[in-house]
Amino acid sequence: MTTLKDTLGGNLRQYGIVGALGVIVVLFQILTDGKLLLPNNVASLIQQNAYVMILALGMIIVIIAGHIDLSAGSVVGFVGAFVAVLMREQSWPWWLAIVGAIVIGMLVGAWQGFWVAYVGVPAFIVTLAGWLAFRGLAILILGGKTIASFPQEFVAISNKSIANFLGWLGGSRDTVTIVLGAVVVAALILSQLRARRTLRKHELHVEPVSGLLIKLVLFSLLIGYFTFVLAGSRGGTPIVLIIIGALVVTYSFITQKTVFGRNVYAMGGNLQAAILSGVNTKRMNFMIFVNMGMLAAIAGIVTTSKAGAASALAGQGYELDAIASCFIGGTSVYGGIGRVSGVIVGALIMGVLNMGLSIIGTDPAWQQVIKGLVLLAAVAFDLVNKRRSGALVR
Amino acid sequence: MSESIQPSTPEGAATAVAETILEMRSITKTFPGVMALKDVSLDVRPGEIHAICGENGAGKSTLMKVLSGVYPHGTYEGEIVFEGTPVQFRGIRDSEHHGIVIIHQELALSPYLSIAENIFLGNERSTRGVIDWNKTNSDAAKLLAEVGLSESPDTKIYDIGVGKQQLVEIAKAMAKRVKLLILDEPTAALNDEDSAKLLTLIQSLRERGITSIIISHKLNEILRVADRTTVIRDGQTIKTFDMRVETVTEEDLIRAMVGRSMDHRFPERTPNIGTEVLRIEDWTVHHPIQQERRVVDNASLYVRRGEVVGLAGLMGAGRTELAMSIFGRTYGTNISGKVFKDGQEVSTHTVGAAIDSGIAYATEDRKRYGLNLLTDIKRNIAAASLRKVSKYGVVDAGAESNVASKFRSDMNIKAPSVDVLTGNLSGGNQQKVVLSKWIFTDADVLILDEPTRGIDVGAKYEIYTIINSLAAAGKAIIMISSELPELLGMCDRIYAISEGRVTGEVPREQATQENLMRYMTMVSDDKEVTR
Repeated sequence: MTTLKDTLGGNLRQYGIVGALGVIVVLFQILTDGKLLLPNNVASLIQQNAYVMILALGMIIVIIAGHIDLSAGSVVGFVGAFVAVLMREQSWPWWLAIVGAIVIGMLVGAWQGFWVAYVGVPAFIVTLAGWLAFRGLAILILGGKTIASFPQEFVAISNKSIANFLGWLGGSRDTVTIVLGAVVVAALILSQLRARRTLRKHELHVEPVSGLLIKLVLFSLLIGYFTFVLAGSRGGTPIVLIIIGALVVTYSFITQKTVFGRNVYAMGGNLQAAILSGVNTKRMNFMIFVNMGMLAAIAGIVTTSKAGAASALAGQGYELDAIASCFIGGTSVYGGIGRVSGVIVGALIMGVLNMGLSIIGTDPAWQQVIKGLVLLAAVAFDLVNKRRSGALVR
Repeated sequence: MSESIQPSTPEGAATAVAETILEMRSITKTFPGVMALKDVSLDVRPGEIHAICGENGAGKSTLMKVLSGVYPHGTYEGEIVFEGTPVQFRGIRDSEHHGIVIIHQELALSPYLSIAENIFLGNERSTRGVIDWNKTNSDAAKLLAEVGLSESPDTKIYDIGVGKQQLVEIAKAMAKRVKLLILDEPTAALNDEDSAKLLTLIQSLRERGITSIIISHKLNEILRVADRTTVIRDGQTIKTFDMRVETVTEEDLIRAMVGRSMDHRFPERTPNIGTEVLRIEDWTVHHPIQQERRVVDNASLYVRRGEVVGLAGLMGAGRTELAMSIFGRTYGTNISGKVFKDGQEVSTHTVGAAIDSGIAYATEDRKRYGLNLLTDIKRNIAAASLRKVSKYGVVDAGAESNVASKFRSDMNIKAPSVDVLTGNLSGGNQQKVVLSKWIFTDADVLILDEPTRGIDVGAKYEIYTIINSLAAAGKAIIMISSELPELLGMCDRIYAISEGRVTGEVPREQATQENLMRYMTMVSDDKEVTR
């Protein structure tokens, strides 16, 4: 039993935040008389909060490296305006407009990365400037109008689901969704077993079978239930969920397995040590912001698609949602610590709060108050926890 | 052990005040695992300039921190008697209240405040919380006149040089009605002219009845101004010289500072020295901010395969700056000189280039510059050579763990696994992780900066063994250390550095602490000192 406790102990923060998500879900399930987890609500929860998760994936890298990006929301608005103009005024096909939007997002990132990396202006200042400038550019591009009537395919990204080409299971459950869920569970089990085998092969410490089993059963049940609910929604699997899923897998890989990711953690953990270990910190900083710009562009596309229109005010305050998700998800304010999985849970907490509070009809002003307090509580809990375990280095 | 010269002759001091202004009796101070001061006693007479000298780490600064209340009463054993009454300071404010003021080596002035504001910082001229600017400025002007600084009290600190800043510190002390002024290495950052000025000022303070304690490495300065000198070594008082009744030479001081027996603290090694690996020629580095100041001055040195070469120097001599400027130019500006690796000139402009040339530099301050304390042993070990455990930019976690595990057993890193955070390791084990990281880069030359600082004796021996085995494997080692016995015990050849210049090169057979210390204290055009 002690060994099981040891395995859990190492990830207590991670489990703690998952537990908090569970409590919030159950709480709102009760408060909304079971409406929160109705299939259609779950689908729209994903569609409405896609932007937070996408931005948070870039933001976590920025924060782990010891920076911050305040401009993300403005870049979302700017890219949204840009993609709308490309499709409606330049008559680009929707897919080419998306490519163009991503390129412009990366250029925005390169611009900000240049100032941070090569001139040495603190990211707070550079992105505060970007927060102002890109909002202004969005207004200029749109000329005060709202551009709408996009191609169907473009609007579908954030509003439609994967086509139901496999029919219905048990009369009302989308087969495609069920299959996808099964694939995810299988992939999870396989990857865990593979990781375990590699550890074994290298004669490294492996967690006890009981721990692994509990973990796998728990997560499989969770995914299974989620799949079951989602399969009952109007369309099945939202297209944007596939995008998010692909990005989450990609960024988990980048942060955990690549040299790039390793260097991000090294820089945030001890910048001087990273420099003295030969990390090209300037190029890293530049790349980190280019990446952030790219993700902000994807979030801009998703947001514009969801709204079906580009307005100059789109994306306002999005950067703060993403930053909050990172901190709720256990990312260190000082850099060096954070995980993609934690940030996704953090984003889900924000999303469930948004959804639950609006279902029970809470005044938007109070919603803000509550979200603010949740952010404060999560970070305070984290600090107290670390101090108690003596793990607080700074 | 202490054999202070007893017959005291309070000459000049015609007043019949107590014979000592300060007595520190049997002070013992321990830190976890280290006894920094062992039964140290010090007596200072009113109106004298009392110098304290000793090697780096001998315990001088610790003693002064005990005296000034930085280490409050209760954290040390022993007794402090000031002006005839026992005192128990709970903090700096307490000791300042009694008229004891310490000026640290790193000046504690706020750069963006004016001279006047700094002088009265924490001691403002105010009524009910409102500052009286007229009084502040006029009082400051009076104090500035007393210390001989002709600057307006409105001048900002960042506009004046270090020498003048030092004078502001003294004016600040005088504003607190100082009776006993403690100066920790007051001239370390000053040029000769400013140093001379400062020493003259300290002498003039003596005429005004202010007692001073000076900690200094510069023996010529001590001989110039001190009335008495206490030598501390290994946390113990060795001897107090009375310069007014006996003739004391630098040799006498050096002998007292280093006279310690060398026992079996170093593993045996038979050097097997091969061809030259690294050569530095005419290396000059300027200070990053005071750009006219040369921190490294035309230094040339070389190291051969299988050789352990020491760099000896006092604090601020430029050893670390030399190493860091070579290693990817991570220190200094306006660097000139050449680096040859295996006879070929190489570029070490970036850390990456230096590593690629086979040079490694393990930093002096492990926690600040050497390790990512937030992550585990294996990631720290791989940090400087990720290319070796990755393919197409993807890290092979298994290979990384294997490498780290091998180092863990080879280097005897005491941790249950390589997944342990380095922040949770002891100093000795952290150092082994740092060494593993650099050995893993396959460097031919390892520059080790204070590799045993803050490490207990047992772990030190292990680090020495590792260094010897690296040399035996044909690596060239440059070892920077402030502990002379360590250099004497480990090195085949030792360079002495003073004020950024290589002032001596001593082979093992000829190296003694005395001759090294002489080179290390060699100052450029030793100005004739006048009293």
